[in-house]
Amino acid sequence: MLSEEEVRHVAKLARIDLKDSEVKKFSEQLSGVLDYMDILKEVDTEGVEETSQVTGLKNVLGGDNVAEARCKREELLECSELPVDDNQIRVKPAIK
Amino acid sequence: MSELNKLSLREARAGLREKKFSSVELTKACLSAISERDGDINAFVKVTEESALEEARGVDDRLAAGEKMSALAGIPVAVKDLLNTKGVTTTCASPILKDFVPPYDAEAVSRLRNAGMVMVGKTNLDEFACGASTEHSCFGVTKNPHDLERVAGGSSGGSAAAVAADMCIYAIGTDTGGSIRQPASFCGVYGMKVTYGRVSRSGVTAMASSWDTIGPLARSVGDIADVLGVIAGRDELDSTTPDVAVPDYSSFLDKGVKGMKIGLPKEYFGEGVEEETVKIIKEAVLELEKQGAELVEISLPMTKYAVAAYYISMPAELSANLERFDGIRYGKKPSSDPEDLVDYYFKARGEGFGDEIKRRIMIGTYVLSAGYYDAYYKKAQKVRTKIIEDFNKAYEKVDVIIGPISPFPSFKIGELVDDPLAMYTADALTIPASAAGVPSLACPVGAYHGSGLPVGLQIMAPQFEEGRCLQVGSVLESA
Repeated sequence: MLSEEEVRHVAKLARIDLKDSEVKKFSEQLSGVLDYMDILKEVDTEGVEETSQVTGLKNVLGGDNVAEARCKREELLECSELPVDDNQIRVKPAIK
Repeated sequence: MSELNKLSLREARAGLREKKFSSVELTKACLSAISERDGDINAFVKVTEESALEEARGVDDRLAAGEKMSALAGIPVAVKDLLNTKGVTTTCASPILKDFVPPYDAEAVSRLRNAGMVMVGKTNLDEFACGASTEHSCFGVTKNPHDLERVAGGSSGGSAAAVAADMCIYAIGTDTGGSIRQPASFCGVYGMKVTYGRVSRSGVTAMASSWDTIGPLARSVGDIADVLGVIAGRDELDSTTPDVAVPDYSSFLDKGVKGMKIGLPKEYFGEGVEEETVKIIKEAVLELEKQGAELVEISLPMTKYAVAAYYISMPAELSANLERFDGIRYGKKPSSDPEDLVDYYFKARGEGFGDEIKRRIMIGTYVLSAGYYDAYYKKAQKVRTKIIEDFNKAYEKVDVIIGPISPFPSFKIGELVDDPLAMYTADALTIPASAAGVPSLACPVGAYHGSGLPVGLQIMAPQFEEGRCLQVGSVLESA
């Protein structure tokens, strides 16, 4: 179960504004999904290692070389809809 | 010269080499198919007519000058709108990226470009590749070319429909839990989910980083082999691409299946899978037996737990990956004026993400939060290990594993869209191969009686044995 209060809390952690109608809808839908996850309790995973990636690669290191960038700094800055000053994107203040 | 757009990649290449037609003519045929049919189907979110013709003219000039070009040169492709394409909008079908124009190509696109790519457009998908029906797109649903009331599947629904409706010669998609195979099956085309790490993920918007793969959709097994040969291989910008040599995939096509052991997992032919699906696939498999393969019943007992493990692990990774979409460095800023920076994030993300993305970000945030991490996330990662063990054990006994892709045929538009759990279970038979990171080739093998909707099966091989999938697929194709 995921109560409406919990939905609001999780949305806050994820920094997503939700409308009241969304909170109600997601509470019902996500409760159903999370209840379904209980099926995993049937699986005995005692002593089983966790898998976080499947390549078997370890410590992939790159050479200490100067590489050519795929694009210029200006091109990346142009992707922003916000004003750019001195190669930096101007945002709202974090602390007032 | 008519209907050039219906050719396979290999037929189109032969025609170009023999100068029966030009790349410009081939490209124009695809572009007219798009203008005739895509109003109904909605496979494309962007058609790049002008640059496509320019690219085609470039290839024609180079071929006329006698230059030896790649197997893909001058052949029209449609690219899923999850892959960055320099100078062409890349939206991920999300409102937050609706006008985003990336300044560089994804590595897979860059390899196609170096091979003489002619890109006719970008294809529709579920927002950020999250869905099994291409209904979760800010551009509207992609319809199945076989029945316009039904979905094309997802999330690479636009790519599959574009190939099926002859609006391009081949397409590029991505497959995280089934997103190439399931739409390929619903639309009746071939599609390859590669070994995890076989194709670079660089420049492709990340969904679930330890699951995401990039691969081709096309009209023949040979076409798949040719595209794979170009896009596969190590890339320094994606450290999860192991340095494994890329074989000549076309060398696997005429090997036959004599003496091969083919595993049929009982869980893929049992409960929850439609009888007719089972019947059509078993008939196709019997053909392999006639050609000298040995059929072996096997068991992958963790199959029934794969959906639950995936829908914990994937949203966890997704929620972390989508943190970067805040409307600051790229993407839409909020429509109303926010009070401060934090309010800006809330508004940009609240307005910019669709329902399915919000749901998955919240599931991911929840399963990673204090108190739930062990019960959900760690547990799912352990179950993933057990799924991998299933495959390892099976491959001790058999060379490839064959099963259905989707338990049921393409469903009606709107039928599952408000029932996320039902939509999630549509991936039940594609997720296990994704969990183990093994390759799986989707092959069309028949049609449902009455509706005429296509049925596909998948051929799964051990990691980096894509060739084996193609070997079996080409026998099914010529049967």
